[in-house]
Amino acid sequence: MSLTLEQVKRIAHLARVEISDAEALTTQGHLNGIFQLIEQMQAVDTTGVEPMAHAQDVYQRLRDDAVTETDRRSAYQSVAPETEAGLYLVPKVIE
Amino acid sequence: MINKSLKELSQALAAGQISSVELSTLFLDRIERLNPTLNAFVTVDREKSLTMARAADARIAAGTAGPLTGIPIAQKDIFCAEGWTTTCGSKMLANFVSPYDATVIQKMHADAGLVSLGKTNMDEFAMGSSNETSFFGPVRNPWDTSRVPGGSSGGSAAAVAARLAPAATGTDTGGSIRQPAALCNLTGLKPTYGVVSRYGMIAFASSLDQGGPMAASAEDCALLLNTMVGFDERDSTSLDRPVEDYARDLDKPLNGLRIGLPKEFFGEGCDAEVMAAVRAAIAEYEKLGATTVEVSLPNSHLSVPAYYVIAPAEASSNLSRFDGVRYGYRAPDYGNLDDMYAKTRAQGFGAEVKRRILIGTYVLSHGYYDAYYLQAQRIRRLIANDFVEAFKSCDVIMGPTSPSTAFKLGEKAADPVQMYLSDIYTIAVNLAGLPGMSVPCGFVGGLPVGLQLIGNYFAEGQLLNVAHRYQQATDWHLRRPASVE
Repeated sequence: MSLTLEQVKRIAHLARVEISDAEALTTQGHLNGIFQLIEQMQAVDTTGVEPMAHAQDVYQRLRDDAVTETDRRSAYQSVAPETEAGLYLVPKVIE
Repeated sequence: MINKSLKELSQALAAGQISSVELSTLFLDRIERLNPTLNAFVTVDREKSLTMARAADARIAAGTAGPLTGIPIAQKDIFCAEGWTTTCGSKMLANFVSPYDATVIQKMHADAGLVSLGKTNMDEFAMGSSNETSFFGPVRNPWDTSRVPGGSSGGSAAAVAARLAPAATGTDTGGSIRQPAALCNLTGLKPTYGVVSRYGMIAFASSLDQGGPMAASAEDCALLLNTMVGFDERDSTSLDRPVEDYARDLDKPLNGLRIGLPKEFFGEGCDAEVMAAVRAAIAEYEKLGATTVEVSLPNSHLSVPAYYVIAPAEASSNLSRFDGVRYGYRAPDYGNLDDMYAKTRAQGFGAEVKRRILIGTYVLSHGYYDAYYLQAQRIRRLIANDFVEAFKSCDVIMGPTSPSTAFKLGEKAADPVQMYLSDIYTIAVNLAGLPGMSVPCGFVGGLPVGLQLIGNYFAEGQLLNVAHRYQQATDWHLRRPASVE
């Protein structure tokens, strides 16, 4: 498998990472080297093997539907790039 | 004083031979003097540390101190600590002052009374094996400052090796505690997945990430681990199990211990002199009463390929939170919202982090998910099953931690694949979720070599025992670099 330059740009777009043409070219070389390593997996027959998502067989715990956290909005928003009246500010999405 | 064990420091504090303020000052002064060369710490705040030290002294005076109250340690900058800049080695978080404590930090500060000396440098978002991907510049190995300390917990490793701190925290997703421990002559332990809370530990690959101690000896690691573990309802993968004292079995004799030697770890791919040091360590274990048995981990050669699908997949998801909205960096100039995201992430992340985000995005994308992500998860199962099979005939598995000693700065930085292969012996342990350690076992050309110990699930106590008995019989772990006078 080999990624084309167009694919690299498409992936960067999906990941919301701006990429210049020059960067895309370097990245293409690196990614194709890495995928060459990853391709070793394809030689293995894994028919019938249960995928392992986690080291331990744990289930999501349920907790009581009760308020346990205190209101720390101002502390948490103090680290945001831009806020106003308790809201996070971003460029206008809907005209 | 700077070379004393945690137990000795604890006794000195309890006996009033030294106060926590004096002890912390001693290490803060060393940091001030030696950190400009090593770049092991990215944040030091003397006043904050001394405030904690004064509180610890008050606890000691009041008789309410725990075993490690007043002992200063270094914190990997992946752990959120309230009021401390927490950068994770990234420009993205260069100005992020955490509004809350990670569970590990809370346990160490509030419960154990440990004093944090500062936050240690690391590969950006823990992605690296040399500490060269840090936005704050590389860390230098105290044994040879032209060489890397390993990564991603390279700052913690260099700090403890140069005795800028008696011990440190690290995290290990694919070898990030064990490999730098090996390269810097430290003892490091990655616990069983789920033993140490991940709450407030900035996420890289959530099914693999695990925090643990890095120190001069197994005994120090056991005492530090005691302060880090425990069930945490704020981490959905935290395991609810009885609390253990990890120091309880340190002195147990090793008679009858069965050491499994995976033939895959003793073949090609490892430096011959590193291998000789590892074999000498195993011979020492035989003198201590252990026996060896050959075992096989037939799928271990697939651990690096599977890891470089699973870890980037999880990372691409975890790091989607860094979008310039709620915290961290935001690009100064942008057009619409999409453009703000794309520019923020392009400018805020370094090259290695972006590479892994792109790999992860690709393997999770429509049409490739089955061939890559599911296939990697199936291979992960095969790798975990190999260990289950191996542990039927042995109690602990041993081999090299790293295929080479510390390499030169820049030596592998240009080729990601070469860098990835430096974790060839450590990654399978994370995929299986097992506990693993690195223990100093010799030197090659003046550079430290690490012996890797792999235990069965929840066998941390046994691993520490196995490491401790070796350290009672050898003195590799007591050697210090020339910079430590």
